[in-house]
Amino acid sequence: MNARRIAFAAVAAGLLAVATPALAQGAVADKWRWLTFLVFGAIIGTTMFVTYLAAKRVKSAADFYTAGGGVSGLQNGWAIAGDYLSAASFLGIAGLISIWGYDGFMYSVGWLVAYITVLLVIAEPCRNIGKYTLADILAYRNNPRATRIVGAISVITVSTFYLTAQMVGGGVLVKTLIGIDYEISVIVVGVLMLGYVLFGGMVATTWVQIIKAVLLVTASIVLVIMVWSQYGFFGDFLNNVIADPKVQARVAQILGDGAKNMTPTELGTRFLEPGLLFKAPIDQISLGMALVFGTAGLPHILMRFFTVPTAKAARISVIWAMAIIGGFYVLTLFLGMGSAMKVGADQIRAIDPGGNMAAPLLAQALGGGADSLLGNFMLAFVAAVAFATIVAVVAGLVLAAASAMAHDLWVGVIRSEHVTPQEQVKAARIATVIVGAMAIAIGIAAKGQNVAHLVALAFAVAASANFPCVLLTLYWKRCNTGGIVLGMIVGTLTAIGLVLVSPNMTYPLAVRAAQEKVVAAETAKLATLSTQLAAAADAAAQDKAKAAIARSEKAKGAAEAQIKALGDSRTSLVGLEKPLFELRNPGLISIPLGFLAVILGSLFYRDKRALDMWDELYVRQNTGILASKAAAH
Amino acid sequence: MAETARVDWQAIAADPRFQELHRKKSGFLWGLMIFSVLYYFLLPIGAAYFQQLFSIKVWGPVNVGLLFALSEFVVAWGIAFVYSRRANTVFDPMAADIVKDIEKRYGVKK
Repeated sequence: MNARRIAFAAVAAGLLAVATPALAQGAVADKWRWLTFLVFGAIIGTTMFVTYLAAKRVKSAADFYTAGGGVSGLQNGWAIAGDYLSAASFLGIAGLISIWGYDGFMYSVGWLVAYITVLLVIAEPCRNIGKYTLADILAYRNNPRATRIVGAISVITVSTFYLTAQMVGGGVLVKTLIGIDYEISVIVVGVLMLGYVLFGGMVATTWVQIIKAVLLVTASIVLVIMVWSQYGFFGDFLNNVIADPKVQARVAQILGDGAKNMTPTELGTRFLEPGLLFKAPIDQISLGMALVFGTAGLPHILMRFFTVPTAKAARISVIWAMAIIGGFYVLTLFLGMGSAMKVGADQIRAIDPGGNMAAPLLAQALGGGADSLLGNFMLAFVAAVAFATIVAVVAGLVLAAASAMAHDLWVGVIRSEHVTPQEQVKAARIATVIVGAMAIAIGIAAKGQNVAHLVALAFAVAASANFPCVLLTLYWKRCNTGGIVLGMIVGTLTAIGLVLVSPNMTYPLAVRAAQEKVVAAETAKLATLSTQLAAAADAAAQDKAKAAIARSEKAKGAAEAQIKALGDSRTSLVGLEKPLFELRNPGLISIPLGFLAVILGSLFYRDKRALDMWDELYVRQNTGILASKAAAH
Repeated sequence: MAETARVDWQAIAADPRFQELHRKKSGFLWGLMIFSVLYYFLLPIGAAYFQQLFSIKVWGPVNVGLLFALSEFVVAWGIAFVYSRRANTVFDPMAADIVKDIEKRYGVKK
C-alpha cells in the first residue's frame, strides 16, 4: 500500500510539471492565469487528498467496484448527480438556452424525466439482484457465460462512445478556457482520472463525484442569485429577456426574412416560445425516447446502485439525484437566459459555436468583466468546476468499462469464477489501466472530430440493448438467454447501424454543395462591397466597408478550405452519397426493435434454468432478501 | 449462492402475502410509469404541433409553453414523492414481513 501511495504522489507531481509549460492562449488572459491555476490547484488538491484517504479503504474487489456497498443514500444521490451532469449537460444546456431560448430549456426536461424510469423499475431491483456490474443482473437466471459476454461487450461499447465524447469535449474545453494544448489536456484529464480510480477505486470516484456536484450546484446558485439581483426574479426577469436588445437581435438573426414585420417586443417574446431550434419533431421524440429509457441502461449509472447497502437507500439516492438534477436544470434556465442578455449570443458563439462557453462567460461578466479580479476569479472557478466535471464523469465511465472487462470477461468467462480475492483486485486495476490508456489514445486520435452525437449514440445503444434486456429479465417470466443474446446484438447493431446511415455523418457531396453556395454568396457580396468601398464618401464609411470585406473574405476562405479538405471524396464513412435514414437519433426505431428481439429470442429458445430461477429472482428483487450485504469496515 | 439453494423460492412466490405485494406493486408502478412517459412526450409534441397554444400568454410574460415545461419538473418530483411514500408505508412493511418469515424458517443470518 505504501509503494502505491508514493506512486500516487509521483503521478500528481508529474502532472503539474507536464501541464505548466504547455501554455497557449485561452479565454483567460495571461495576466490572470495564476488565479486560474490557484483555483484548479485547490480543487485538484482536495480531490487528491480524498483519494489518498480512500486508498487505505480499498482492499477487496467489492471496495474497488462498489465502495463495499457502504455509501449512504444521500451521498449516492449527490454522486449520481455528479456522474450524470456531464459537461454536455452543464455547459451544453446553458449554451443551448442562451442561443435558442425556449427550445434549449425544453431539451433539458428529458434528462430529468429519465430518472423516473430509473426510480420506478430499475434502481431497487438492480440493488437487490446485482453485485458489481450490469451483466451480473443478466447472468442471474440466464446462461452466465453467454450473457456476460454480450453484456460486457455492450457495456464497453456504450462506455467507449460516452468516454470518447467526454475526452474530446474535455480536451477542447480545457484548451478553450486556459489555453493548455489539446493533447496535453487529454493526457492530464486521463492521468488524473486514472489516479483517482486506480488508487481509490469506487470510494475515491464517489467522493470526486460528490465534491464536483456540490461545487457545480454552489457555483450555479451563486451565479443565478447574481443574475436575479440584476434582472429581477421570475416575472421581471422574463420581461427583461423580452425587452433585451441582444435577445431581440438574436431572434431576428435566427428568423431572417421572417422577422421583417415583427416589432422588437414580438422578437423578444419569440425567444420564450418553441420552434427556434427544433424543426423536426420526430427527431425530438426519438431523442426523448433514448434519454428516458437509455439512462436506465447506462452502465456507469446502474453501477452506482451497487454502492448502497439496501434497496431503500437506492430509492433515497434516486430521489436526491432527481431533486439535485432537476433543481440544477431550473437554475440553468436563468443561467442561459442571463447569459443571452449579459453576454449576448454573438459573443458566446464567437468563442464556441456550440454555446459551451455561455456559463463561463456569464461568470466573468457578472464578476465585473475581463479586466476585473472578481470576474476572472469567477471564470476560473467555473472553468475548474467544468474540468472537475469531466474528470469525475470519465472516472465513473472507466470504472464501469473496467468492471465489465475484469469482473465479467476475465473472472466470469475466462476463469469461470475461479480466482482468489487478490487476483480479482489486481484484474480490476489492470483493466482500469487498459481502459484509461484507451481513453487517452482515443481522445488524442479523435482530435478535431465532431463527437457531440456520440453521447446521444451512447444513450441510444443503452436504451435499445441494455434497457430491454435488464427490464425483461427482471419482470418477464419467459425471458431467457436466447432473448438476452439476441436483444443485445440487435439493439446495439441497429442503433449504431442507423446512426452510420443517418444525417449525423459527414456527406462530402452535401458539404461541398453547401460550401460552394457559401463561396458563391460571399463572392457576390464581395463584389457589392468593393463598389461600396469605391463609392464611400468618408473615412468612417470606408473603414466599415473594409471590415465587411475582411469578414466576407474570411468566410469565403473558410468555406474553400472545407471544400479542399474533402478532396475527391464523394461518399460518407460507410460509402453513402446521402443519408439512407432521416432520423438523427435512432431510438424511435431501435428501441422497439431491441424489445422485439428480446421477446422473439426468448420465445424461440428453450432455457429451463431461466424458468426455474424465475421465482427466486422475482422474490429477491421484490424483497431484497439475501442481497449482498455491505462489507464490514 | 450456496444459501439460496436451501430456500424454497416457489413456496414463497406462491405465498398469498407475496402475491398481494406483487399485485399492489406492479399495478402502481406500471401505472405511474405509463403516466410519466405519456406526460413527458406531450411536451415535444405540443411544442411541435401546438405552437399557437404554447405561445398564449397566461400571466405577464409567462406563456403556456413555459408553464408546461416547468410543470414537467413538478410532475417528475411529484411522482418521486408519491412513489417513495407508497414504498415506505406499504411495500416496505409488506416485504419486511415476508423476509422476517423466511429468515425465521431457514435460519438465514442477516
